[in-house]
Amino acid sequence: MSRAWTYGDNVNTDVLYPGRHLANIDPKYQAAHALEDLDPGFAKTVQAGDVVVGGKFFGCGSSREQAVTCLKYAGVPFVIAASFARIYYRNAINNGLPPLVSPEASAKIQSGDDVTVDLEAGLIRNRTRNETYRFEAFPEFLQRLLAAGGLIPYLRQQVLVKQ
Amino acid sequence: MPGEIVEATVDLAMSHDNALLVSKKFKEIGVPQIWNADKVVIPFDHRTPAPTIEVANGHAQVRSFIRQVGIKNFYDVGVGICHQVLPEKGHIKPGMLVVGTDSHTTTYGAFGAFATGIGATEMAGVWATGRLWFRVPETFRFEIQGPLPRQVYAKDLILHVIGQQTLDGCDYRAVEFYGSAIDGLTADSRMTIANLSMEMGAKVGLLPVDQHALDYLSLHARGPFEPVVADEDAPYEKEFHLDARDMEPQVACPHSVDNVKPITDVEGVPIDQIFIGTCTNGRYEDFKAAADILRGEKIASRTRMLMIPASRDVFLECLQKGIVTDLTEAGVTVESPGCGPCLGAHQGVLGDGEKCFSTTNRNFRGRMGHINSEVYLGSPAAAASTALYGEITDPRRV
Repeated sequence: MSRAWTYGDNVNTDVLYPGRHLANIDPKYQAAHALEDLDPGFAKTVQAGDVVVGGKFFGCGSSREQAVTCLKYAGVPFVIAASFARIYYRNAINNGLPPLVSPEASAKIQSGDDVTVDLEAGLIRNRTRNETYRFEAFPEFLQRLLAAGGLIPYLRQQVLVKQ
Repeated sequence: MPGEIVEATVDLAMSHDNALLVSKKFKEIGVPQIWNADKVVIPFDHRTPAPTIEVANGHAQVRSFIRQVGIKNFYDVGVGICHQVLPEKGHIKPGMLVVGTDSHTTTYGAFGAFATGIGATEMAGVWATGRLWFRVPETFRFEIQGPLPRQVYAKDLILHVIGQQTLDGCDYRAVEFYGSAIDGLTADSRMTIANLSMEMGAKVGLLPVDQHALDYLSLHARGPFEPVVADEDAPYEKEFHLDARDMEPQVACPHSVDNVKPITDVEGVPIDQIFIGTCTNGRYEDFKAAADILRGEKIASRTRMLMIPASRDVFLECLQKGIVTDLTEAGVTVESPGCGPCLGAHQGVLGDGEKCFSTTNRNFRGRMGHINSEVYLGSPAAAASTALYGEITDPRRV
């Protein structure tokens, strides 16, 4: 089962991944300190496949992409929110962690709900409540980036094509 | 067209200490060299001088990478904060497309550059290709009538606007500032406005290139440049009008930059630490405003106060004009140029339950240290008057 971890509006990067941890860029270290100042229990109990659900303007503040990659390295495959702050949205796409914009899902999903995502169909399924929510479709170029797994694998493909 | 995704060639790519992460990602792409090493600028500022062995090792790795790929625009420990150093060293010109791995890259909008913050991974992509995807933003226009009253500064003005707009009011928008309140602003103050535009979600914060900007650019910019202003008939998604002639000094209260109140609402809150510095308010005029209040006085014994110049050049000017002496005699601790405790890394982090009055840009919970610490944001003059009494104090009363 994929458990939902729900948070409120305007969750900022300082609580997602505090500045005191930025100097260490090791993936395991990032996962161990994910959401440390937002939800101290998160990093210890999150399971691979769990999803994070925020309110509006999720990820506001700093450009630090550890606020995205700490979740990815913790095994979180999707972040859902009513809306995302600009740089967080970019960082999520470029790091291959699809940021799903769905005010409905954000409002209805409760903490601990069993939630799965069908990326192709554009649907979020809440198996606990037997509900389905739509998320905003990605523009075509961003779909290609996400399909490649993020910007680095996308550019690697292009380098290989050129060679 | 607004909303469209485009790929564009960037003119300048800035990274700071996080060049460590960018260089790691860059190596993963597998291209042999940087697209144009002369268009990459790296100042060390976030943790300088290195506070830990881990940071020292990270800095050493970046220095080695910089030599290896031939980046010449490298500013090592102590030169200053990226957003001060880039304009100061002449890298910023009107009309440039600038990206930086720092959210406050919007600062260069003070000089008519389209400048915005990006992540480390996408910066690695820029280093490899010189190109990046952008969503074309809609534009908001702010028309602000001035002049600003005594002891009310650009910081108060932009905090007031952020309070009205809230954190996400300008998400993904370009914002432009006009009006008699803006026309009178010095280059230092213009940078404060553009810098903090980010805190209401803006992608860029642009001020029309006026005489103040031109004077600054003539002194600093490398090579020729053309002023950039918006077309007369440019379309705006929204326009806001504001009269700043009766504005009070403003304070952003814990724990959000949009929790903005007139200073008279929060006077008397006891303060443990006062900090003047950063890319938001660490320039000459900021320290001068503080020195004008603290000259010949002593800060209150219950508090402590830090001065961190945004750059070595700012530090030098403050030294030469006696500002460092004035503030030191008043009991202020002076530290080396850089970001200081703004992001809670070093040089004055806050303990459990401590309150800081700061001229910085963010006051989210735990930003400057302990999760139970509190940060109030305001102007350097308000910081200085607060230092005098050890509690939040209206600078118009001193």
